[in-house]
Amino acid sequence: MTRAAAAVITSALLGCAVSAAADEIPLNQRKSGYEMMGRESRAMQDDDLTNPGMFWVLDGEALWKRKDDAAEKSCADCHGDARTSMKGVAARYPAFDAARGRPVDLEQRINICRTDRQKATPFPAESKELLALDAYVSRQSRGLPIEAGSDERSKPFLEKGRALFNERQGQLNLSCAQCHDDNWGQKLAGAPIPQGHPNGYPLYRLEWQTLGSLQRRLRNCLVGMRAEPYSFGAPEYVDLELYLMWRARGMPMESPAVRP
Amino acid sequence: MARALVNVPAKAKRGEIVEIKALIQHDMETGFRVGTSGNIIPRDIITDFVCKYNGQEIFRAELFPAISANPFFAFSTIATESGTLTFEWSGDKGFSATESADITVE
Repeated sequence: MTRAAAAVITSALLGCAVSAAADEIPLNQRKSGYEMMGRESRAMQDDDLTNPGMFWVLDGEALWKRKDDAAEKSCADCHGDARTSMKGVAARYPAFDAARGRPVDLEQRINICRTDRQKATPFPAESKELLALDAYVSRQSRGLPIEAGSDERSKPFLEKGRALFNERQGQLNLSCAQCHDDNWGQKLAGAPIPQGHPNGYPLYRLEWQTLGSLQRRLRNCLVGMRAEPYSFGAPEYVDLELYLMWRARGMPMESPAVRP
Repeated sequence: MARALVNVPAKAKRGEIVEIKALIQHDMETGFRVGTSGNIIPRDIITDFVCKYNGQEIFRAELFPAISANPFFAFSTIATESGTLTFEWSGDKGFSATESADITVE
């Protein structure tokens, strides 16, 4: 099971073959990225008065109550108090949407609500408003176990996500699994390689100096592999998000988390 | 209006050293970045931060473009008397924000 730590680098340099079929991390050995952070970054996440992600949560709370555009309806008009109605919701996304015949992630769900129910224009990807609502809804699931991927109808999409996770891509010819299944805990350019669990999104990344979605993070990884990133909202991302959530099943949500 | 989060202990003993934390929402646009149109995005940062304890200045900082977005300050003071701590941020484009917190000294 264990491969040499240098296998990834060696294969990238010499182009020699390393088995692409990665072993999944045993459930009891899974670790949130939180556990690999330094003391200061952990303290920043732990206290809501020092976690910058809370700004988006507070903005999201204001947006939740705001009546918007044609329908003159706020999120709260249908969903009431998010602290009860949205509890555990983010832990179940991406969730299967019957009308679309495929899973949608939480940001897509928010925009579906906006266009279909509020008769408003959808928020652009990575916009402050979309991230704020995402953060506010996700905050209501903090501490709750991830449940996404248990729906039978989502299974084919989860398998697509798994295939994408194990597929070599880009000029470096790397798969997600080679870093995050096989070599987590090792270093990449001096930084620890995490297991790649999506339990804190949307999260405040110190490198970004802002809050970002899981898709932004996936884009980041793809660019690092010298692969062409998908456009925001692409089905490939959602499948991958679904697989990642299933892979982190049972782990507690940390949204909005802080990461270096 | 920018949001600010301040953390001041509600109660303290006289003479005790208390830690104060202040976080404010601000993009801290450096003035060195280029926008999608190819033009420089004008500098827009917080330039000054002041904390006063019952009107007396106890902490001041000047901020520069290299300081991160959403600047965070943590500092300490001696709890001398009950009262109010006020926090003031000011910066480019007439930016101004204030926040306050009460402390009870026993």
